[in-house]
Amino acid sequence: MVQHVLNWLDERLDLGGLKHFVSEKGVPVHAQEVWYYLGGLTLFLFAVQIFTGILLLLYYRPSATEAYESVQFIVTRVPFGWLIRNIHSWSANLLIGAAFAHFFSVFLLKSYRKPRELTWISGMLLLFLMLGFGFSGYLLPWNELSFFATKVGTGIAGSVPVIGHFLIRLLRGGDDVTGATLSRFFGFHVAVLPAISTALVALHLLFVQRQGMSVPLGVEKTLKPGEKVPQMPFFPNYILRDVLVWYVALAALAALAAFSPWELGKKADPFAAVPPGIRPEWYFLAMFHTLKLIPSHVLGFEGERLGVIAFGLVAVFLVFVPFVDRRSSDGRGSPWFTALAVTGVLYLVIFTILAQIAP
Amino acid sequence: MSELPPAGFPATPAAGSFDRRRFLDALLAVGFVSTAAAIAYPVARYLVPPDSGEAATNSVVAGKAAALKPNSGMIFPFGSKPAIVVRAADGQLSAFSAVCTHLECTVQFKPDASQLWCACHNGLYDLAGNVVSGPPPRNLERFAVNLRGEPGTEDIVVSRGA
Repeated sequence: MVQHVLNWLDERLDLGGLKHFVSEKGVPVHAQEVWYYLGGLTLFLFAVQIFTGILLLLYYRPSATEAYESVQFIVTRVPFGWLIRNIHSWSANLLIGAAFAHFFSVFLLKSYRKPRELTWISGMLLLFLMLGFGFSGYLLPWNELSFFATKVGTGIAGSVPVIGHFLIRLLRGGDDVTGATLSRFFGFHVAVLPAISTALVALHLLFVQRQGMSVPLGVEKTLKPGEKVPQMPFFPNYILRDVLVWYVALAALAALAAFSPWELGKKADPFAAVPPGIRPEWYFLAMFHTLKLIPSHVLGFEGERLGVIAFGLVAVFLVFVPFVDRRSSDGRGSPWFTALAVTGVLYLVIFTILAQIAP
Repeated sequence: MSELPPAGFPATPAAGSFDRRRFLDALLAVGFVSTAAAIAYPVARYLVPPDSGEAATNSVVAGKAAALKPNSGMIFPFGSKPAIVVRAADGQLSAFSAVCTHLECTVQFKPDASQLWCACHNGLYDLAGNVVSGPPPRNLERFAVNLRGEPGTEDIVVSRGA
């Protein structure tokens, strides 16, 4: 039956090239191979987000008067609504975690080196988009915590030099965080960001398929001249391993959603005092804490403005890392960039913990 | 990873391994199918909205009796659905569900013919709610009308179960 359908399609579309590609595609087998799973895991969680996000759209209402109530309705009245919403929230957090792990593993293995610069750039942009998803989605339940976190977060955007004021009004849809902000964030979250990131994911995957997996420099060095890294067939051997990882992720999601439900909190009240312990999502904590530590004025400049400029420069630098790290592109080790990545990991971990335990 | 085949991937199973392969394939298939079911069931349940939870409406005040002139009709909400109260030329009050029995459009009073008319597909009902012409398959549901209050300022009370 399946063969019949395949033949029918083949006759019309000539699947020969695709079949050949799939049967020939191999994945290098070596000691660092475990990091290859992180990209697939991120992709799987992204798919979970699209699927559960579309389901949430069926009941969610993006307005200041109805958003909170509609989420409440989803988690209390709609059959399995609690499951869908909790999976969406948990998967969002795991997705950011997986994307960061993917980012650092690629960084440390220098997989961005020639010829994979474009894959790296598309991946960096995707990482920023994922943070945008997190930031915009956080507001949608319109609860107290997310309301004030958005106020602070969009306020920080106001510190960007020159275009700060424009940016703040663009993000908020006005001078304050109101129902207009909610409409906007909803639009970003369910239309603008998905459209851009879907296109970028497609491009990212196309690059990966076109070039195959990168073999780390350290592994390449151990090969004798003319020797090749052993390969594992992508289909079905590797894809089944990928699916196994996805299964574990799915099980983890189901368990987290069932045993550790995401709180909805209190409905946002623009005229209430900020509740104590207000903080952004964990993946913004390190940045949040850094900005808190910078003195209000440094050498006559506003401290926060300097912090925002610094983060912006780091982001731009990260996008162009493959072009800065010439040594690894030439096939030599680049310990400075390894040190940089390790510093980055340590900074994020330490500052996230500091922010977590800060009063 | 030493047991892996070298590049070129020869995948011929050893003799006698066929039954084991078939067994494992079946196990895998059962796993995939149960996962699909475990996803499909909650999703299917989720797609069907819960009941609104509102109690069924049995009686509402449609408006003031004095406001309704002879040979006119007035649409009012009866629970979540529209209903219509009509005062015939002779002053007689009657009330119906305004939901056309054909495709659920809302009917209106047609003063020139003293009939209830559905604009969607030209369905016509008489002032007893019976189908006169057009596509409606059933008569309109009829409600009981009572007046309550001081003479001159009575409310029109419409109730189900006439």
